[in-house]
Amino acid sequence: MPKLTVDGIEVEVEAGATVLQACEEAGKEIPRFCYHERLSIAGNCRMCLVEMERAPKPVASCAMPAADGMVIKTDSDLVKKARNGVMEFLLINHPLDCPICDQGGECDLQDQAMAYGFDASRYAEKKRAVKDKELGPIVKTIMTRCIHCTRCVRFSEEVAGVGTMGAVYRGEDTEVGPYIEASINSELSGNLIDLCPVGALTSKPYAFTARPWELKKTDSIDVMDAVGSNIRIDARTAEVLRVLPRTNEDINEEWISDKTRYAIDGLKRQRLDRPYVRVNGKLTPASWDEAFAAIKAKVSGLDGKKIAALAGDTVDCESMTALKDLMGKLGSPNLDCRQDGSKIGGPRASYIFNSTIAGIDEADACLIVGANVRAEAPIINARLRKRWRSTAGDFKVGIIGEKWDPTYKNEYLGAGPDTLSEILEGKNEFAKILEAAEKPMIIVGMGALNREDGDAVLATTRAIAEKFGMVAGEWNGFNVLHTAASRVGGLDLGFVPGEGGLATNDILDAAAKGDVEVVYLLGADEVDMSKLEKAFVIYQGAMGDAGAQAADVILPGAAYTEKNGTYVNTEGRAQQGWRAIFPVGDAREDWAIVRALSGALDQTLPYNNIDAVRSRMVELSPTFASLNVPTKAEWTDFGKAGDMKPEGFASPVRNFYMTDPISRASVTMAKCTEAFVKDAAAEKVA
Amino acid sequence: MSHLRRPAPKELQPVSFAFTPENLEKAKKIIAKYPEGRQQSAVMPLLDLAQRQTEGNWVPTVAMDYIADMLEMPAIRVYEVATFYTMYNLAPVGKNFIQVCTTTPCWLRGSADVVDTCKKELGIGVGETTEDGQFTMIEVECLGACVNAPMMQINDDYYEDLTPETTKAILDALKKGEKPKAGPQSGRKGCEPMGGPKVLKAFCGCGAAPQDADASEGDA
Repeated sequence: MPKLTVDGIEVEVEAGATVLQACEEAGKEIPRFCYHERLSIAGNCRMCLVEMERAPKPVASCAMPAADGMVIKTDSDLVKKARNGVMEFLLINHPLDCPICDQGGECDLQDQAMAYGFDASRYAEKKRAVKDKELGPIVKTIMTRCIHCTRCVRFSEEVAGVGTMGAVYRGEDTEVGPYIEASINSELSGNLIDLCPVGALTSKPYAFTARPWELKKTDSIDVMDAVGSNIRIDARTAEVLRVLPRTNEDINEEWISDKTRYAIDGLKRQRLDRPYVRVNGKLTPASWDEAFAAIKAKVSGLDGKKIAALAGDTVDCESMTALKDLMGKLGSPNLDCRQDGSKIGGPRASYIFNSTIAGIDEADACLIVGANVRAEAPIINARLRKRWRSTAGDFKVGIIGEKWDPTYKNEYLGAGPDTLSEILEGKNEFAKILEAAEKPMIIVGMGALNREDGDAVLATTRAIAEKFGMVAGEWNGFNVLHTAASRVGGLDLGFVPGEGGLATNDILDAAAKGDVEVVYLLGADEVDMSKLEKAFVIYQGAMGDAGAQAADVILPGAAYTEKNGTYVNTEGRAQQGWRAIFPVGDAREDWAIVRALSGALDQTLPYNNIDAVRSRMVELSPTFASLNVPTKAEWTDFGKAGDMKPEGFASPVRNFYMTDPISRASVTMAKCTEAFVKDAAAEKVA
Repeated sequence: MSHLRRPAPKELQPVSFAFTPENLEKAKKIIAKYPEGRQQSAVMPLLDLAQRQTEGNWVPTVAMDYIADMLEMPAIRVYEVATFYTMYNLAPVGKNFIQVCTTTPCWLRGSADVVDTCKKELGIGVGETTEDGQFTMIEVECLGACVNAPMMQINDDYYEDLTPETTKAILDALKKGEKPKAGPQSGRKGCEPMGGPKVLKAFCGCGAAPQDADASEGDA
């Protein structure tokens, strides 16, 4: 480990670290544009120059490996002069349009020009202008502002795995962008906006909306998929304006998917902002009391077996806890949080991503079964790609299910259970790879588990995990990839049929027959509403989607940006998000609605504040006792051996941009669907 | 910046590209020169091959895509290379592609006159193509033949030690469809001193006596 001196401070850094990292270790801030921790080193902006003893000229610290005995100065006159020079050159062609630039206030160039820029320009010649590029519905470009740091080029090549961006032409004429017009067809393209240190790539939906200092920033958790990406919600007064990633090395590093970032504009449309009651076949606005009275009239005296509850994909654990307890008080065992009808929910190890997302960084082979990871969890796909890159292609990936492009090298093994059996019997070539791997993992998607034969598929995948040593010692490579943010939380809380209770599909069938008379939909919109025509439907949620249309009583709930909520991601990691703004209109936090309803039904639940609900959650599952860390699950027997149907696995996510009521209402997601999904469909036909 | 350094308009871009069977053979040989896993390094010779094959001596976008497919790399990486190196033409040029060097040594030796002669004789400006598609003239930076300045490159050949008269003679010959002799137009051989070799004459078989070499030592 090299030891070096930075401004008289002695530091020791890991072998292979750069001088820049050593300077940071010593607490010295080094200005930079092109250098980024998660991208390869380019060394082309020259802003990070430092003085090194016995070197004839300043060195670019980002590209200089730290070596033993180096003496570095970061604050000498030479350094200051060198950086001033670099800054002056960068500003030669950079327009002075900060007042109309969306990056203003959070611009690296602006900030660093404060420290290293001159107060006036000595450059009298013409500045160059560059034609803007059309990159699709998410990234807006003003290429004249580009300083050629190539972060976007490296990101799209290395992390996103789509080679769209490049630096074409040369010298003074260099332009960053695609050579021929092309949108960036990646689920991660929004991250380019965060990466761009200047205002060349900015957010199209957010253009000219607000200045960063006007925004109130709230830490929260994303619910658009089951990854549980850490996000920051930026709001001004009563409006959420944008979502940005928060760094969490174990989950999303510092990326988020485009859906996470841009589906929020759906929260401004089709909102349920007041209670409704169906009168003479028409939904009419009502007060909370009237809505509760309508429910009471129907529910009181009804046998608990005739009541059922379904929880949707984006609901928080607090509201599921309250509804579970209410159903208990009403004597109903019919509740389910798996609106896709999947059979998962046995021992905890059978339904979580046991290796954890960070565990992918250790795996050396991966079998993906019935999951289109790129569409279902782009962040996890990016992690798999990162692993593949870091092993120089030694990370072997096999895919069973539909064909999809993961952006890294893979072997397509087959469409369905037959291939799965072949692997188990060792007849497939990929079995040898799994055999040889030290830390193999399997990712089982909902496409494989939400079928009739889900139990048998689960048993087979478990057998594969056992046979190829995927569970050994500390390593557990058996991973279930969920598509819904609320699923693992619901399973942990036991929001599943009780003794003699009905599961989702049985509830729907019973409701169609009239055996179940009241169905409580807690944000559940993905079930077949035609089966609920006979039943009395209570819909509680934020969005006016399928569930609200089928409802007899609508209780307006808060969206995920409008409440404090706990979510458990696919790894089984409980995380809490905070309220960024207040719910719209008469809408209320969801657990509080259930609590109020319980009072109206004379079945009062024993909690009056969110802390009491959370204590109850800890009683129900130890998951909630330790936040932000995934709790290891014990490896036990699960699944039921049986015949598997020969049909191929089909991923439940058909369109990445539209998977839930919020993203379906989003204008930006609609534009993305038009730009990317239909293109893809047309391509397939051709 | 010359229009040759920007992609040709859509009307000029062919719809498809493929190597001819002979060129495909050549391409395979080129690719085989690089070690396993480094096939992408063949991008530059393949682009050159594509340029030579294409009518108009240029690289259409479809040819770059074709090469990207062949080498299993993203198309943008090929675009980057093709747009960086000025010897790849991004738009069609005339049958005789004249590149006149106007960098300092050539300029000091009269490259401005050479450019003027070309303009006058061909009736085109710098960066333009004659109407019959026979000639395109551009100015280029140093081509590394300073010792024979001024010079110009026409397709693959260097024409050196130019004067307005020799330039005109070369252009006239080309107009007639002849191929003028490449190299120095002054009569000297390669980059020997003007007026013949002065040193080491005995060794080069130039017929001069060794003492002559001694005598001329001071000049060398």
